[in-house]
Amino acid sequence: MNIVVCAKQVVDVSEIKVDPSTKRPVLSGVAKKISDIDKNAMEEAIKMKEKVGGRITVMTVGTPDAKERIKELLAMGADEGVVIAAPGDIDYAGTAVLLAAAVKKLGAVDAILCGEASIDLFSGQIGPRLAGLLDLPQLTYTTKLTVDKDHVTAERNLGDHAVTMTSPYPVLISVTKEINTPRLPSLMQILSSSSKPIKEWKAEELAGGPLTPKVKTVEVKGVPMSRKNIVYQDDLDASVQKLINDLAKEGVLR
Amino acid sequence: MVLVYSDDKKLSLELISLAKKLAPSLGSKVYAVTINAPEALGQEYGAYGADSVHALTTNIPQFKAEEYANLLKDLITEHKPDLVLIGSDKNGKELAARLAALLNTGCVMDATSITAQGKVITTERVVYSGAGVAVEQFTVTPAIVSIPPRFAEPLPKYDHHHAQILKKQVTLKEYPSKIQSIHEAASEGVHVEDAEIIVSCGRGLKNKADIQLVSDLAAALKGRTIGCSRPISADLKWLSEDHWIGLSGHKVKPKLYVACGISGQIQHIAGMRDSGVVVAINKDPDALIFKSADYGIVGDLYQVLPKLTSAVKGYSA
Repeated sequence: MNIVVCAKQVVDVSEIKVDPSTKRPVLSGVAKKISDIDKNAMEEAIKMKEKVGGRITVMTVGTPDAKERIKELLAMGADEGVVIAAPGDIDYAGTAVLLAAAVKKLGAVDAILCGEASIDLFSGQIGPRLAGLLDLPQLTYTTKLTVDKDHVTAERNLGDHAVTMTSPYPVLISVTKEINTPRLPSLMQILSSSSKPIKEWKAEELAGGPLTPKVKTVEVKGVPMSRKNIVYQDDLDASVQKLINDLAKEGVLR
Repeated sequence: MVLVYSDDKKLSLELISLAKKLAPSLGSKVYAVTINAPEALGQEYGAYGADSVHALTTNIPQFKAEEYANLLKDLITEHKPDLVLIGSDKNGKELAARLAALLNTGCVMDATSITAQGKVITTERVVYSGAGVAVEQFTVTPAIVSIPPRFAEPLPKYDHHHAQILKKQVTLKEYPSKIQSIHEAASEGVHVEDAEIIVSCGRGLKNKADIQLVSDLAAALKGRTIGCSRPISADLKWLSEDHWIGLSGHKVKPKLYVACGISGQIQHIAGMRDSGVVVAINKDPDALIFKSADYGIVGDLYQVLPKLTSAVKGYSA
């Protein structure tokens, strides 16, 4: 079984600060990590390999420093990495084209796993786009995956209802955060991961031409929020009474 | 031309309404799509403003992204709309992205704003867990944009307005993925989006039974709705996911939102930032939630909630 996991290096959104004057998010200097849900995809790929055997290739499209992050996934259990350095203005269309070309270059792939969305931009396009470009079945929003030799069974969370689907290989599966708890690699695994191969493929060679973005980002604005920020502490009974008076004035007590 | 599709009727009516607003700069006509639906639905879309309805029937009885993306791809290639609006439920999102790949075009998910100036489509969407809004512009057509529920109000219904119904039977290539069963999600039938008053709880709560303190306050405020942050529903499963308020949960705008023992991670704020009056109760004076609140009490919710509940009851009596 040849398994591909797609992963993205993102800024750690929980560490993003907002510039107090412009209200814009400040991204420079924020630590980077592998998007959380991609680690869930990695964990599911390892379980798949444990059950039916095979080889796991983890792929990423991003800046060259993504190579360091990919080592974490090699330590978790991937057998090799592929890093595709991409231009800074690449959009989802371009990323999916590169990943599809890389999957084709690998040869016969049976299962592609990815997170339902990345935690930074949460668009969720890459899985379905990749499946579309490769003309594969797509099992998205998977909360439980059962792997058999010739097919998979996925329970998919569609919000107000859930769907159980099956598919033979080859198939693309996107997973949610709830599907599992990603393992932490042992020290031994971390040390031995440094000998695992990481291939660096060039975007222009894979794409066979320039990747002009179909959607360009004009700017990332701040989100204005004006709240009164009146906070009471110390004497609890007095605080409660003041709050009741405030809420009465706001007209929200009935 | 603007083409709209959702397998949810209410969402389709909202998309038609939005499309009518954008249509004047995009060559005027609004086309809706129905797939394997009774003709009456197409006529209803007409009464709500659609100029034409592509009423498609296929060999695939239920929604499947693989087959439906191919179906819409052929329709779009034939009719060349400038803009395609897709209802942003889970089916719609996976469809929109796959469709965009097949058409080698751009896609913006969950737009919070969309404008058309001349033929240039500009969108906004929330990014970085609610810390920013990305303003994006399409450089190609068709622009594919997924639109969340309640973006627009449906237009008034005019029964004398008839859409041109364009019927077509299509035989689609079948993919080997198969739907085995469809089941209702574990739900308590709560619709937090509709609530005027929400009392919400987070990790400050120590036991499942203590949710009673939260529902007591909600009842005293003459609201019945309890919300929660991610850990309470997704991790601890003390409440079903229909209570979950946040970026990946539900987005709410009640008149009054009371956050009890919620730290105020940006993911939660993204779900409640449009609320009217926000009250926070947290024992940590530095909790982020106070920055997103109008009023706050620093204190242990196990002490604050009973006192607040009885004070509210005393006020109303």
